Amino acid sequence: MSSVSAPSSSAPTSLRNAVIRFAGNSQDGIQSIGGFLARLAGRTAQEVMTYMTIPSTISGGPSIFQVHLGSGEVLHEGDEADVLVAFYKHSYQNHIGSLRKGGICFYDTADMTAEDIKQDSGIIHIGVPFTSATVEAVGGSTRDRGKNMFVLGMVCAVFNLDKEKLVGIVSRQFGRKDESVLRNALLAFDAGFAYQVGDVEKFAFVPGEAPGSHRISADGNQMMTLGLIAAGVRYGSAYPITPWSSIMETLRVELPKYGGIYVQAEDELAAVAMTIGAAFAGHLAITGSAGPGLSLKMEALGYASMAEIPLIVVNVQRGGPSTGLPTSVEQSDLMQAIYGSHGDSPRIVLAPKDVEDCFYIALEAGKLAKKYSCPVIILSDQALSSRIEAFEEPDLDKHWVEPELDLATRPADFKPYPLDAITRHAPPGAKMAGGKYPIATGLEHDEMGHPSGSPKMHTLMTAKRRNKLVQLSKELPLPEIHGDTTGDALVVGWGSTFGPIKESVTRMRSEGHKVGAIHLRHLHPMPAGLGDLFKQYKHVVCVEMNDSGLYGYGQLATLLRASLADPRIQSVCKTDGLAFRIREIVTGVEKVMSAQA
Amino acid sequence: MSTAIDTPAAPATEKLTKKALTADHPTWCPGCGDFAVLNIFYRVLEKLQYPHENIVCVAGIGCSSRFPYFMNTHGIHFIHGRALPLATGISLSRPDVHVFVFGGDGDGFSIGGNHLNHAARKNIKLTYVIMDNFVYGLTKKQTSPTSPIGFKSKTDPTGSIDRPINPMRQLLASGATFIARTHAAQVKHMEAMFERAILHDGFSVVECLSECVMFYSGAFDDSTPRKGGTYDLIDETQHDVTDETAAFKLAENLAPGKFGVYYQVNRPTKNALEQKWIDETQSKLGGVSQKEILKKRFEAMR
Repeated sequence: MSSVSAPSSSAPTSLRNAVIRFAGNSQDGIQSIGGFLARLAGRTAQEVMTYMTIPSTISGGPSIFQVHLGSGEVLHEGDEADVLVAFYKHSYQNHIGSLRKGGICFYDTADMTAEDIKQDSGIIHIGVPFTSATVEAVGGSTRDRGKNMFVLGMVCAVFNLDKEKLVGIVSRQFGRKDESVLRNALLAFDAGFAYQVGDVEKFAFVPGEAPGSHRISADGNQMMTLGLIAAGVRYGSAYPITPWSSIMETLRVELPKYGGIYVQAEDELAAVAMTIGAAFAGHLAITGSAGPGLSLKMEALGYASMAEIPLIVVNVQRGGPSTGLPTSVEQSDLMQAIYGSHGDSPRIVLAPKDVEDCFYIALEAGKLAKKYSCPVIILSDQALSSRIEAFEEPDLDKHWVEPELDLATRPADFKPYPLDAITRHAPPGAKMAGGKYPIATGLEHDEMGHPSGSPKMHTLMTAKRRNKLVQLSKELPLPEIHGDTTGDALVVGWGSTFGPIKESVTRMRSEGHKVGAIHLRHLHPMPAGLGDLFKQYKHVVCVEMNDSGLYGYGQLATLLRASLADPRIQSVCKTDGLAFRIREIVTGVEKVMSAQA
Repeated sequence: MSTAIDTPAAPATEKLTKKALTADHPTWCPGCGDFAVLNIFYRVLEKLQYPHENIVCVAGIGCSSRFPYFMNTHGIHFIHGRALPLATGISLSRPDVHVFVFGGDGDGFSIGGNHLNHAARKNIKLTYVIMDNFVYGLTKKQTSPTSPIGFKSKTDPTGSIDRPINPMRQLLASGATFIARTHAAQVKHMEAMFERAILHDGFSVVECLSECVMFYSGAFDDSTPRKGGTYDLIDETQHDVTDETAAFKLAENLAPGKFGVYYQVNRPTKNALEQKWIDETQSKLGGVSQKEILKKRFEAMR
């Protein structure tokens, strides 16, 4: 919490940003109040980034929701919290360490007494009867349901948040339910708002910078789904798996509005097969999953490379292998996405850098799948899927792609698999002027799609499928450099680490280091020319959330070392299931710089 | 959804003939039962006269799954066991095309067994022909899920010990809405079964015994009259095809078993139910453009 003016007893302290962590159990509704705050931030031109943990049990278990609100650019979820709201003694014990010195902890007096407080911690402790005050406000029969709303009201008062807007957001959320639900929620909220927390500093955010015309707040899975719709996706199929499921749930409900169908398949193999069926039938189609499900789809993805079927596959990565850490973040499916199939099966792999980019990456995936007639895998991750950010609403007039089913009659010289051009399939329903109908096949084939065991043909067709991506590699722009364009170190990242890496580089530069950062959205193929860019720096450090492996390099670093043969490429990796903290990146990069100096 | 308009001179709608439907010469072994299946399929399509461009043939892996290469129609030769979900994707997203799936007993009852259950219970509009030869032929004689106990193969040199699948009971349990059994050597009966299957509005499946002369010669002699067997037809004046219990009863013993339609009922297809949902959803939206729908969605997120 960076104060820009001295605290005073009367006027609230103004601040640019604050990190608030709510710690409780999963059924306490802390995700809801975190979501309300995030949406409020979006509407008041503040930046926001949220972070939550969800236990992988069905119900219950400790859970947190952290909101980083700020008037400037908010790039990460916050290394340390400024305010901790502890619903239980166990929440307090597990999360008090995440609070910065001088931070404020509100705890529920129903579950803790002054004796449970860590003394001499340099933290301001304030006991508040969340439970009893809520029961008192709402009525005895509800027990402690609604104490999240009490807490929200209290936070609204402490931070001088826009109460009217916040109540509006809450009302819209609960308004769809029973009338009494909203009434109880607002009763608890008002009680929290009016509660006298005592002699504690009050805060107010400085106004956000030049609010855009239409700012929205959303999580990554929402933006991915809407991006897919804007890209022209109307069909597909999937199987439920965390943290992918909310995309398929939304597509299932949304696509009928657009005349489309999203099918829940019996398994991952059927899901990818149905999607390839819809793609073969002439539509832009999408399947998706998380790591284990992507593994199950691999045989069919090899087929799609061979048969040159355009389709989009979203993989929301989580901790692995196997069931692993199903509700935690990891970036360990990169190798699987690029190479996880049999044979030489080239495909395109992309990764969005933040929540907003989930929308644009889906649009790009649609364009690339159609242009290169091959599978495109989007690597999102658990952190992106669930965190909420605020950003400009996409301009649909600019980005909307009208779906098109091309049933034009194909000319007499039509070849399904030409060697000198990218495949453009003729879907069922298209007449063939030459009278010869095409077949899509997973057997190696000649230009007409006839099975061919010819050694020469397999060589030529393998090259054809590979060269599409070589061509794409040359068309891709080099990533933008954040920070110094030459100097001591270049930090290279991909996926959801974009914000923390950017913030880390900014911090290192302010401490006198000459460093830059690039973020790769195109992971396979990568843009041509990265090697020359790397030469402008003494060190190249890949920061990624996966294991440093047998040879000391993470998955991206391994790929870069293999393709560029540059031994200066080093890794900063981690596998604790949590997003990078700024200090972890800074320390890691500094260590690489000093070790090789 | 916008549909591109035919640009080059489209050939005038011609009569669909066997000649127009014939593609590559089949690579099956001489004497294979699958030749007869192919010929009868040509004949049924000639009779039905669907627009040529609206016919799609789908297959997985196996000898019989080479079928699409021998049909001059839109076709897709997919991976082992997944032809049905692939065909599901085509059927649901393209109500204008006729989807035909061909495969063998391995594809249908082993590696793709689960897909059969789900395509059937969802009542996807398509026709599935299982050319059952009781053996893995393409991979040269391994035990199949329909191989009888005692069948000697490379994977069971002393004779198969696993109880074989009873295809009719399996299909009845799956929820398929048209189930028939026929024989590649009984072309007239096969033609009648195919035609009824294709005209059924729902998931129609025909098990067609089709002898593998290389690896399981004589497998169906007991149902081949000229080899001393009996071709025992279901008498539909006695068997109510809508009676599931009666169908299960008929399916009790399948060596050699009865031939004909075991079961046929009308149940809404998933295709129709999804379309109903689409229509209901869209009618509430008051005819706004698709782009406007998404714009409104974003407005709610402000």
